[in-house]
Amino acid sequence: MTFKATDILKPTRREILKISGAAALSAPFVSRAWAQVTEINMLAWYGHGEADIVGEYEAANNVKFKPKYYAGGDNMLALIAQSPPGTYDLILSDGEFVQQLNAAGYIEEMNAADYPFDDMLHSDFEKFPGHWKDDKLYSMILRGGHLGVSYNKNSVSAEEAASYKCFWKPELKGKVGHFDWHLPSLGMMSLYNGNAASLFDVDEAAWTKLKETTLSLRPQVGGFFDYGGTFNSLKNGEMQAMCGIGDWITGVLERDGAPVASVIPKEGGIQFTESYSIGKGSEKADEVTKFIQYMMSADGQVKSAQMKAYPGFCVTKAGRAKLQEVDPKEAARSGQVEGNSNDPIALINEGRIHYRDIPKQQSLEDWNDFWSEYKNA
Amino acid sequence: MRQPPRYLTFRVYQGVDLSQLNPVQNASPTERRMDIFALTWRLPIIVWQILFFVGPLLFMVAMSFFLVKNYVMQETFVFDNWSKMFSRGYFRDSYFLTLFLATLSTIVASLVAFPASFALAFKVSESTRRWALFLLIIPFFTSYLVRIFAWYVILAESGAINAVLSTIGLRPYTMLNTKFGTIVGYMTLTLPLVVVLQTFSLANVDRNLVQAAHNLGCSPWRTVYTVIIPLAKTGLIVAALFCFILSFGDFVSPYYLGGSKPPTLPILIIDTTKSGQQWPRAAVIAVVMMATLITIAFAAITLAYRKRASR
Repeated sequence: MTFKATDILKPTRREILKISGAAALSAPFVSRAWAQVTEINMLAWYGHGEADIVGEYEAANNVKFKPKYYAGGDNMLALIAQSPPGTYDLILSDGEFVQQLNAAGYIEEMNAADYPFDDMLHSDFEKFPGHWKDDKLYSMILRGGHLGVSYNKNSVSAEEAASYKCFWKPELKGKVGHFDWHLPSLGMMSLYNGNAASLFDVDEAAWTKLKETTLSLRPQVGGFFDYGGTFNSLKNGEMQAMCGIGDWITGVLERDGAPVASVIPKEGGIQFTESYSIGKGSEKADEVTKFIQYMMSADGQVKSAQMKAYPGFCVTKAGRAKLQEVDPKEAARSGQVEGNSNDPIALINEGRIHYRDIPKQQSLEDWNDFWSEYKNA
Repeated sequence: MRQPPRYLTFRVYQGVDLSQLNPVQNASPTERRMDIFALTWRLPIIVWQILFFVGPLLFMVAMSFFLVKNYVMQETFVFDNWSKMFSRGYFRDSYFLTLFLATLSTIVASLVAFPASFALAFKVSESTRRWALFLLIIPFFTSYLVRIFAWYVILAESGAINAVLSTIGLRPYTMLNTKFGTIVGYMTLTLPLVVVLQTFSLANVDRNLVQAAHNLGCSPWRTVYTVIIPLAKTGLIVAALFCFILSFGDFVSPYYLGGSKPPTLPILIIDTTKSGQQWPRAAVIAVVMMATLITIAFAAITLAYRKRASR
């Protein structure tokens, strides 16, 4: 039998009936499947939209997260500012940027009754700075992490790591790395200078002193790294100590057996806080609320604590209890056990942790300008 | 004797070469058809260049006069960004560092590539040369970033090179997060390309002229310097120019192998956009980079073709 190209354009009556029948029978299933999948646009740090966090929820609720990842609060604000209202349904931001999100009108008011405020591990988390305005909730705290001295145990002892002074140790010359973001690194230098709770609220004299202290560290510095570079340089031993990070990076390496750790030194540490907000103009606010409730549940909190990209501690009692039950190893490693010397909640209670903020008496640009000068010094 | 094509002959009227005055107007209908034919073929690249090079370039220049307020760019015409960037010492430092590293990379790549290119052009069979060129192109099949991260394993203090050095009693050398690391990264990016371009250029050198030099008693070294290099000069300069352009604009090597210590201009662009979303200030840096590259490219091309024309 020979086949002609024109045959395909001239199907028989029987073929037409077969095709039409098949299409008619399958269409309801196809359209139903399409109709039921709800796409949620998420704006977040890397990792929050990955399968280990949202995979189970997607399968159970027939939703699909479309994450857009950013690096840094400035980047996040710019992405929102340059997008039409309603582009992002769910926004995960650093705690210190929530106030700016709210001031610019980028986020919706949330119903506090939807979330487990009666189950918070610390009272600070109930009315976290910037998350409430005029007694209205605008962002829900999801998790946190502490930044301090991150070091290689083979070259820095636990006693030495108990102070930021270890960064100046002569043996570490060229072996101290910086996470390439001015806020945490300069914040740590501010803590070293004794600014404690006012680490981001420094006057002109303290700002000058902060710059001098930071510049004195420059000969020790071996490089400035992004997430991947920080991770690699600690892993291969190229950097023996790292300024500007904490367990969120060394925790991942520790899980792989690398001889690294992070501690909160005597001068204090900085907390990064990650919170969920609902994007202004989102048409999927109900679905987003449901997801935030899931992440605030014990199961969601465990997933967040175990996040493959970078760990963070639970903020609810139920989440911590569940973590201790299902993953005691990770709970012990990250200090999320009562009585542990590195227990993040105990550290907050002791007044050794200060929430990361933006500069109060200088502009972000001043800090960034100095950071560029420092890198060139 | 074969006659030259009609479109290459001059038509002179009263001592004036009409084809020089207006070749299209004075062309025959056949010639005009050819011009339209040629223009049709050129049109896509012209449109492409306007849309994706000239257009964005003009926008970038315009953007350097804009302002950013509350993370939103505002279309203004002020010189704030220019004065701000030029008053910053770190901008000047970064500029000269980038210029220095790109120049060093160009010199190193050209010198390292030349013996290999010479061997491929003159010393090996046609088949070997084809295979060698194919192998030189293969690295471009993989991501540049992946190739750079592979150097971590080799250059780290606990890496392969230092492991070998330690067997002969040498202490570990710091190669990552140094200028040496940056140059290694630049070589990863540019060396295969420079070898390929140099090889093409050297392979096209007229063998009769090389033979004539030998016959006239010219030593092998002198033949290279006085015959082969001048004949291949255009290709050698173009190869060096490509190396310079790629190195000057590269972000990956100075960041990941040089440790951003200190930052080059491409890193400064990233820094500027990261904090405060200062795209207009980043545009100032980009415009300065473009102006530098255009100036150097123009000088290099002039140098490449000038003496050749006078020879």
